[in-house]
Amino acid sequence: MNKIGERLYNGIIKENPTVVLMLGMCPTLATTTSAINGAGMGLASTVVLALSNLMISLLRKVIPDRVRMPAYIVIVASFVTIVQFLMQAFVPSLYASLGIYIPLIVVNCIILGRAEAYASKNPPVLSLFDGIGMGLGFTIALTILGLIREILGSGTFFGMSFIPENTLNIQPISIFVMAPGAFFVLAFLVAIMNKVKMKKNKPIVDICRDSSCMGCPSAAICSGRINKEVKE
Amino acid sequence: MKTLLLIALGSALVNNVVLSQFLGLCPFLGVSKKTNTAAGMGAAVVFVITLSSFLAAIVYRFILVPFNLTYLNTIVFILLIAALVQFVEMFLKKVSPSLYQALGVYLPLITTNCAVLGVALTNVSKSYDILTSVVNGFGTAVGFAIAIIILAGIRERTEHNDIPAPFKGMPITLITAGLMAIAFIGFSGVI
Repeated sequence: MNKIGERLYNGIIKENPTVVLMLGMCPTLATTTSAINGAGMGLASTVVLALSNLMISLLRKVIPDRVRMPAYIVIVASFVTIVQFLMQAFVPSLYASLGIYIPLIVVNCIILGRAEAYASKNPPVLSLFDGIGMGLGFTIALTILGLIREILGSGTFFGMSFIPENTLNIQPISIFVMAPGAFFVLAFLVAIMNKVKMKKNKPIVDICRDSSCMGCPSAAICSGRINKEVKE
Repeated sequence: MKTLLLIALGSALVNNVVLSQFLGLCPFLGVSKKTNTAAGMGAAVVFVITLSSFLAAIVYRFILVPFNLTYLNTIVFILLIAALVQFVEMFLKKVSPSLYQALGVYLPLITTNCAVLGVALTNVSKSYDILTSVVNGFGTAVGFAIAIIILAGIRERTEHNDIPAPFKGMPITLITAGLMAIAFIGFSGVI
């Protein structure tokens, strides 16, 4: 029981995939135009993450080591296809607004990263909860990011307008729901995280610095070759 | 011909793959410290995306559609891309060692680059034919190369600037990318 709680805490706070590990940047920036979209994307990823972690963990002794990457990709892609059809049937409006980013959950670094780093080495129940914890951490980060952008960019809170009409001439800053706003909001979020870490004297995580690079699914193949190349 | 040109221009500049669709951000942020590595990555991406959008369009048109298997497109495309990248790497190693030297390190990284899969899926969702798919893929990839080379150039210039400590590294790169995205919005009037 304790171990399950520890997995959840690890995913949501300690190793939060978005703000601490900096994984899965594409959906993070693309789908957070509103809190609802962010939450929808996060939950869809959570389902895929939890189920694929469970499946990979169950099959971890069957899958030969040499072909593990393609095997993982097939498992993840199958679950993504299932989730895609379920969303198309039951939440068509969310499906329409997330569009191409739903099938792109397949290439989300978090999912293959967790499969490689955790599910391939640990028992099924713990892997399932590792997936749930990581997924919830991702969902929370996406919802917060979406909420900030929605409040600043369209003046709404979960779709409800809070700017009194005709009383004040307040215009929302629409750049925040456009592409550049995503970069700016994330930049400030990371800067705040860095500030907190500097106070605690912890190292700052940079993208593709060795520690975070190892979470990337390509790391197994590239093993930091890119970083060495850049240093030379 | 004119529509093809418009599609290429639109996917390269107006709907830039990184700056307005947020695909392929990991290599965009991770491999943009130096202009020459960025150029290498850009070239590898142009090569792989053009080839993969061609193959994906062929597989979709001649295998998935006749057998009513279009719902499997995500799985088929990702495996196709992974296999293609492996194959290209082996092929280049054997045939052109100098090109392999130049592109080799970047190729494995591209497998999980969401831009490659994203282009293949966009082509299908917009029901482009094979030629249009290739043109769209090429345009998108050129857009990626333009963006990553510009970002690397800016990062080289700002490397030794006096930036507030919490903004060093990732945050200032993201802000740079945001300013570039604003500049690229200006292209939306072109077409």
